[in-house]
Amino acid sequence: MKPPPFRWSSPGTTAEAVALLAADPRAKVLAGGQSLIPLLNMRLASPPHLVDINRVAELDAVEVTGDGVRVGALVRQAHLERDEAARKVCPLLGDALPLVAHPVIRNRGTVVGSIAHGDPAAELPAVAALLGATVRIASAAGVRDVPADVFFVAPLETALRPGELVTSVWFPAVPPATGTAVVELSRRHGDYALCGVAATVDRETGAARAAYLGVAPVPLVLDLPADDPGGYAAASVDPEADIHATAAYRRHLATVLTRRALAAARDRP
Amino acid sequence: MTEEQHHITLHVNGVPRTATVPARRLLSDALRHDLGLTGTHAGCEHGVCGCCTVLLDGEPVRSCLLLAVTAQGAAIRTVEGLAGPDGALHPIQRAFAECHGLQCGFCTPGFLMTTAGLLDRSPAPTDGEIEESMAGNLCRCTGYQNITTSVRRAAELLAAGQGGDPAGPWAGEDPQEPVAEAPLAAGPYAPPPGGGVPGEARR
Amino acid sequence: MTTRVFGERVERREDPRLLRGEGRYLDDLGHDALEVAFVRSPHAHARVLDVDVTAALDVEGLVAIYTHEDLPGRLADPLPLLIPHPALTAPRTAHALAKDLVRHVGEPVVMVVAADRYLAEDAADRVRVTYEVLPPVVGLDRAEEVAAHLVQEVGDVDAALAAAPRTLELRLDIERSASTPLEGRGVYARWDADDQRLRVYSSTQTPTSVRFAVAAILGLPDSQVECVAPDVGGGFGVKIMHPWPEEVLVPWAARLLGREVKYTEDRREHFVAATHERAQEQHVRVGFDDDGRILALDVRFLHDHGAYTPYGIIVPIITSTQLPGPYVLPAYRVEFSSLYTNTVPVTPYRGAGRPQAAFCMERTVDRIAAELGLDRAEVRRRNIVQPEQMPYDLGLTFQDGRPAIYDSGDFPATLRMITDLIGWDDFPRRKAEAAAEGRRIGIGLACYVEGTGVGPYEGGHVQVEPNGRVNVSTGLSSQGQGHQTVFAQIVATELGVPMEDVHVVTGDTRRFGYAVGTFASRAAVMSGNAIALAARELRAKALRIAADALEASPDDLEIVEGIVRVKGSPDAAIPLRTVAVLSNPLRYSFSEESRAATQFSLPVRGGPPVPRGEAPGLEGRDYYSPERSTFANGMHAAIVEVDPETADVTILRYAVVHDCGNLINPMIVEGQIHGGVAQGVAGALYERMAYDEHGQLQNASFMDFLMPYATEVPHIEIAHLETPSPLNPLGIKGAGEAGVIPGSAVLAAAIEDATGVAIARMPVSPSELFELQGGSA
Repeated sequence: MKPPPFRWSSPGTTAEAVALLAADPRAKVLAGGQSLIPLLNMRLASPPHLVDINRVAELDAVEVTGDGVRVGALVRQAHLERDEAARKVCPLLGDALPLVAHPVIRNRGTVVGSIAHGDPAAELPAVAALLGATVRIASAAGVRDVPADVFFVAPLETALRPGELVTSVWFPAVPPATGTAVVELSRRHGDYALCGVAATVDRETGAARAAYLGVAPVPLVLDLPADDPGGYAAASVDPEADIHATAAYRRHLATVLTRRALAAARDRP
Repeated sequence: MTEEQHHITLHVNGVPRTATVPARRLLSDALRHDLGLTGTHAGCEHGVCGCCTVLLDGEPVRSCLLLAVTAQGAAIRTVEGLAGPDGALHPIQRAFAECHGLQCGFCTPGFLMTTAGLLDRSPAPTDGEIEESMAGNLCRCTGYQNITTSVRRAAELLAAGQGGDPAGPWAGEDPQEPVAEAPLAAGPYAPPPGGGVPGEARR
Repeated sequence: MTTRVFGERVERREDPRLLRGEGRYLDDLGHDALEVAFVRSPHAHARVLDVDVTAALDVEGLVAIYTHEDLPGRLADPLPLLIPHPALTAPRTAHALAKDLVRHVGEPVVMVVAADRYLAEDAADRVRVTYEVLPPVVGLDRAEEVAAHLVQEVGDVDAALAAAPRTLELRLDIERSASTPLEGRGVYARWDADDQRLRVYSSTQTPTSVRFAVAAILGLPDSQVECVAPDVGGGFGVKIMHPWPEEVLVPWAARLLGREVKYTEDRREHFVAATHERAQEQHVRVGFDDDGRILALDVRFLHDHGAYTPYGIIVPIITSTQLPGPYVLPAYRVEFSSLYTNTVPVTPYRGAGRPQAAFCMERTVDRIAAELGLDRAEVRRRNIVQPEQMPYDLGLTFQDGRPAIYDSGDFPATLRMITDLIGWDDFPRRKAEAAAEGRRIGIGLACYVEGTGVGPYEGGHVQVEPNGRVNVSTGLSSQGQGHQTVFAQIVATELGVPMEDVHVVTGDTRRFGYAVGTFASRAAVMSGNAIALAARELRAKALRIAADALEASPDDLEIVEGIVRVKGSPDAAIPLRTVAVLSNPLRYSFSEESRAATQFSLPVRGGPPVPRGEAPGLEGRDYYSPERSTFANGMHAAIVEVDPETADVTILRYAVVHDCGNLINPMIVEGQIHGGVAQGVAGALYERMAYDEHGQLQNASFMDFLMPYATEVPHIEIAHLETPSPLNPLGIKGAGEAGVIPGSAVLAAAIEDATGVAIARMPVSPSELFELQGGSA
């Protein structure tokens, strides 16, 4: 389990990184590496060229305003998890980040990397989808902002094109009087969830919205009806069976976890 | 088919070490095979088991999920850097011995370094924090019970000021290079001003 | 006696070195060795039509590529059948490199040697193998080819079943799991052309047998081959299997190339190229009376043996003979068929057939209790062997070919202890309280008896150097059991020396050439007793020499803290190290101490300097070879909570009562139990080898093979009962495997109690439990 050979570049700026990616459309971006390097070690991926952005200091920034949180491409998950200001503006991040793998993985894994990887079983894409986050993408052609709802295209497939680099993700602030929660069930602590629900509830109107992970090809966002939201969720998800759980069980979890997530979000002080 | 080589310097246990490696060399392999520090073990090479955990600029990370070239210039602390230069066991190591926190010992360096990272950030962890922190590392021998007991004991020993020689836990001894050459005053492994407790320097 | 450390919670001698990162595991050795990678079959069943290495030849650093055609002499033959048995009528073993056919995914086809593992993998990737894919057989329901069939019967089962007032039938299943040590397999070999010797390091549980196998297969005299097990990062059974293809190929290549060669198995290889265990399908008929007393038990089971049977049929034999557990079975018949499938071969994994046996027997007893509406502990109490029935002969032939006779144990006491520890009698109240809160909790109880310390033998050597250092060696190897500590405790106690003076070496054929290996919870029993006997021999010799020097009778002497002295007059004393000097009459002095033993220093007495029947040096060597195995026993109880909506299972309490005879080091025994229980929990709730119908292992990684983390393993409460074994000098029984054995049985019982759903298949996931409950919670 050793990576195949590849060319390695270590740009110091976003501009350099983008130039390198533009020059070699088959190049892959290396940030935290917590998903990419296992694939390399197993030789399930063999990119000819890795553009290692770990020295692009400008990408290692969290900007918190009253409107939201902008997370740079080099911000480690553990870093954001400990950022009280960001958690305050965007409590869902604080709910979701402790559920991402294990603390040591979060020390290295990046928030943006998890989103760019586009795993429908991961927590952060679901949070991004639920909040209507915006993915900022740089390339030789310039910068574009892509809303999360069109960024996630299929399992492990995003709107990112060859030559592009996600430089940051903007998570809008959770509106006032909105309760949030993330609940999930995984086989072992820290595993990908069999099903997970990230939810927001407007405590004044009762309006509830949830994003589902692990039960659809991309993070699935639902505006939940007041009447039997769990049943609505179960009818809306599209889970697949694997060695860990049947599709029927995952669908059942969507019902149960919806109920629990909404209750937790409502009860949130 | 000749692979491009990169010259890198890693500050391992306070000592600058150089190696010439291809870009794909995993940090775990660089430590073990290029630098001969075989205390860091590779148990799965896909980031799940935690045997290869080392401190990178003070934070525990999986060295099997990090390219050595990415770590260029970083401060790395491995299990070899825990004990003092006189060979005295670090309080974390003593706790694991006292509490029978290891059997075959293969996963142990990863648990020790994870514990070092935890107690650095949280000197008096709750049982929940301990379980959460240890839950990223696999052990097939102990059933974990004695490991979590060891971590609690390590926190006690450290709190009791049994950190030993101030340079102990920080200035890892290197067989090839005299410790005196190590840039101890710089970087996160600089000896804390008056105490040998990991993390004191940053608090 | 101050030096009595036997029975104490002594900190481990191994630990300081391992804690400093100074352990020497296989891949820590051979810094300059060439490294090996294998091209392994991607198909479960296929014919190898062609191997084309052309594209691999220009990989930088490539040294050699080998296929079966390159293998000389016996290396080209199938690997040894380690344990032949008359019932194993169609044995099959693999070739070191596939010859024509591959029978499971992961079977080695081509061996690549290169400057390092990265380059070896590069070259392996470029080798093109053409296969004709054949239909695979996966799973017991599709298996037909019988490797072995064996029936054992005690009493007239058909008659007893016909006469029984009540009968029940059960169908039970257990899936595959595996040892999965955190260090995989590994072999490193170097040929010393000057000495004409081959040294093989292997991460093995049996270096002595690897040595003999390598010598035989490579056509070398035993005396030219030495094998060392360095620090071994866990074994749990998989490393008792030998010789692996890699274990003969690497030494062969090292000698052929005249270079050091190393193979370090990676995690993915360990899943598909080492071995698995457990999978059985069991069919039970049991006859009993209205009081729940068992009258007859008839068990027929199918055992999935995978593609090959190198380790014989030890696992199903153990299941067969350990199935009765602590119970009196007036009539018992067990019949198994070992079946071939196109999956990784099956060899022992901690417990070795016993978890399946306990699952079968304990599920059966629970069903009897349910049928009669009796308390499950009460049904057990009515059926267990009483202390006065010891030794209790099962009438069966055990895995060592010798009769299975329980030597000791107090099962009623164990049962009382476990029900007290878990609060069995009070549980109905707790359960009702929980139910009132909408919570579902349940309790389970499971028992086992474990044959430990199987022969044929182990040996021990103890030697005192003139500086007082006590060297101990035994041939079997260590994988974390703390042998260096417990054997030192035994020697310190037997000899009367400080434990710090005792230094133990295991698993090195240069130090001790005769041994069997570490498996079947046998190391403490076998080597422990052998070492004790060797220490006693040494002690007797020391007393003879000291008696001579002190002009006393050996019977009047004792050894305390390394000093031989006359009992009652401590001034008449001589240090053991001086006795060591005197034991070796010298012509030449080489140190201050040794002067005392030179020819003009020693008093001249009648007879030769070394009396007939004595040997120079203060050492003892002895062997322990038991007539039959000793039987440890225990009982586990667990309380679980099952989420009424998600069917997620949480273990609230897990209690163990354990009887392994006299405890050498309770701390280490408890550590063994903890680890065993963790593997039991794993096998019950998390781990399985998930093959698809094509024979592809779908979860060959730690991402998907769910080895528990700290968050999944419960706190374990332990109580010990010590009924010494009458069979061996130390009165001990094995402890290594006990913790894992009743795991599936006890958790199935507790989940069943919590949910009211019959649990007949393990492991069980929340998803499966949800389906068992009818797909609704």
